Amino acid sequence: MIDRDSPVTEDELHAYIDGELPADRMEAVTAWLAAHPEQAVTVASWRAQSERIRARYGTILEEVVPERLTLDQIVRNDRANGRSWKAFAAAAAVVAFLAGGATGWFAHGASIGTRPNSFAVANGALDAYRLYVVEVRHPVEVPGTERQHMTQWLSKRVGEDLRVPDLQSIGLKLVGGRLLPGPTGAAAFYMYEGASGERFTIYCAKAIAPATAFRYTTGDRAAAVYWADGKVAYVVSGPADRERLEKVAKAAYEQMEKDDAKRS
Amino acid sequence: MPAFRQNVEATIPALRRYARALTRDADIADDLVQDTLVRALRSEHLFHGGDVRSWLYTILTNLNRNRLRSLARRPALSPIEDNDAPDLAGPEAGGRDIERALATLVEDQRNALLLVVLEGLSYREVAEVQGVPIGTVMSRLARARVQIKTYLDGGRPALRRVK
Repeated sequence: MIDRDSPVTEDELHAYIDGELPADRMEAVTAWLAAHPEQAVTVASWRAQSERIRARYGTILEEVVPERLTLDQIVRNDRANGRSWKAFAAAAAVVAFLAGGATGWFAHGASIGTRPNSFAVANGALDAYRLYVVEVRHPVEVPGTERQHMTQWLSKRVGEDLRVPDLQSIGLKLVGGRLLPGPTGAAAFYMYEGASGERFTIYCAKAIAPATAFRYTTGDRAAAVYWADGKVAYVVSGPADRERLEKVAKAAYEQMEKDDAKRS
Repeated sequence: MPAFRQNVEATIPALRRYARALTRDADIADDLVQDTLVRALRSEHLFHGGDVRSWLYTILTNLNRNRLRSLARRPALSPIEDNDAPDLAGPEAGGRDIERALATLVEDQRNALLLVVLEGLSYREVAEVQGVPIGTVMSRLARARVQIKTYLDGGRPALRRVK
């Protein structure tokens, strides 16, 4: 919009409205604008944009900062991050739904400092659950009868030492597993089935967030409990029955802990 | 409370403002601020002087970039609004209009514009936050302003050149 040989550059016009123009250029720029009404209109429109942006968002400064954003609270929550399952379970018992929206998050007693990442993982897992849970003939790639082969194969592809929990004690039989695309590579996906045909899935992917507490997210009919142990992120998905889902998640968690203890 | 924490605490309202303008969603914005504060406190020991405020803006800007990337992997982004055309004039409509205009910007341009216009950072500070030369900040600003003007004037958004 400005000739190359103009005595005033476009950068200077921006600097002018942003208060970045050196004092010794002020006079030249204002004089030039006075002589170029068309450009003066453009510069005025930029200034108006700035004012509209400030008018739109400026009042947020006066809002009371929510409790969860106070530093005391941040520090407290961050410490809670490293606690054991028991503490998490206790915390999970007091959480409440975030009203509205298709997805509610539970994060009391746990920092949600990693929410964008865990959100993506849990959503990916829930999508997979919805996709395969209705599959009658081909819900899995490897049947549950080949547990050992499946564990080796999926561990290799995901790049982490995975375990396939045995959930018989809570009435869930392993249907099998499959490989899925995950947030940062491959993800393992196991499916379990109860006596009345209800299905639960466990989704394991390389953790992209540090260790996190248990969180619960719910969609339309399906829900998920999510956690990460530092290496692997797990998402247990199933019908939106919070109590049952937490029981399954806890059983899976304990199984994997036990395996870990055995191996180390 | 040590000076570092005092400075962080004093910046929280401004971080909320910036995050709100970036995300257009109060909850997501506060989550972003929370993430920023967690990161900042965890890396307090890495902070050796300098401007705490610019540093916080840098963290928030980067976290928002991660967030947008993870969203981009999901096919459905957000529901299409009932009335997606530029609003008619009016005080309320004006606010939403500028929101939508900002939403049409390329991320780096939006960040640069908001940091300068809303947060009052100097070009030099924005260059630090974005990790680019000042000249790049200025060209981002210039493009952002042209794009917003085009949008508000009711024209079609400028086509982005694909190289």
